[in-house]
Amino acid sequence: MLAKTLPQAAIDTTDRRIIEATQGGLPLTPHPYHHVAAQLGLEAEEVMLRMRRMQQAGIIRRIGAVPNHYALGYRGNGMSVWDVPDARIDVLGRRIGELDFVSHCYQRPRHLPHWPYNLFAMVHGRNREEVNRKVLLIAVLLGDDYRGHEVLFSTRILKKTGLRLST
Amino acid sequence: MMDRLDRDIINTLQQGFPISELPYAEVAEKLDTSEEELLARLQCMLDDGLLSRFGPMYHAERMGGGLTLAAMSIPEEAFEQVCQQVNRHPEVAHNYQRDHKLNMWFVLATETPDDIVRVIAEIEKESGYPVYNMPKEREFFIGLKFEV
Repeated sequence: MLAKTLPQAAIDTTDRRIIEATQGGLPLTPHPYHHVAAQLGLEAEEVMLRMRRMQQAGIIRRIGAVPNHYALGYRGNGMSVWDVPDARIDVLGRRIGELDFVSHCYQRPRHLPHWPYNLFAMVHGRNREEVNRKVLLIAVLLGDDYRGHEVLFSTRILKKTGLRLST
Repeated sequence: MMDRLDRDIINTLQQGFPISELPYAEVAEKLDTSEEELLARLQCMLDDGLLSRFGPMYHAERMGGGLTLAAMSIPEEAFEQVCQQVNRHPEVAHNYQRDHKLNMWFVLATETPDDIVRVIAEIEKESGYPVYNMPKEREFFIGLKFEV
């Protein structure tokens, strides 16, 4: 599946209030949407309707659990970056995005001469050796379209607040 | 330690969650457990940090905001100072040090797309170093399928 840039979907102030109330997480109670509705002075039906609409519009990507890779033993997360022909990026990006050890795969602009890479893929493994082995698989998969790559490992988290809407 | 049920919960909940009256009860049934047990396990995994969050994932660009990945190349002696200058901006959502000449990588999330340009200009002015803006041009997203 290829997510194209869609025109901006309209959200109103009520949607925004729902986003603000849920972006930190969904309440762990049997009726979570009723809980959010009560907090905002809305009907549960309205909250569910609006959230379904936002999900259909792609404003909500999905509702679910975000595993902490590091805590789950995946300690070797590497950002692999690739230089591939622009004309081939559609096919190649999809192929790499499908790999089960790749969590995010994006096309991004080059900054020549400092930065020749146009394809980014986050590779997860239990350690750096495992990540490097998986990166080799990507290189093989790219075949003749391979023009160079690097793997950037993070050495320190400098800030992590997550995405927050400010009001 | 995680057991079989914890793993099933993580794997199942990466695939989505219903918007309904009793969503936890629905998921619990699929997992062959009780609503109570599922809620307790989720709370526990969040408390232990095995899950970083549980809930809706919003798409910043589709809410009308701006989102980008930016990188800088900072000499070691200036690193801490520039780090403070960058992190002071509330629009900086995460920031990682990486082992590369481009050694600082951060995500900017702003109210409007135009704010990206403004924040980058501010950081360049404050720090005296160029910021390489690398917004995503295309996303090849298949969905998370992170088996544990």
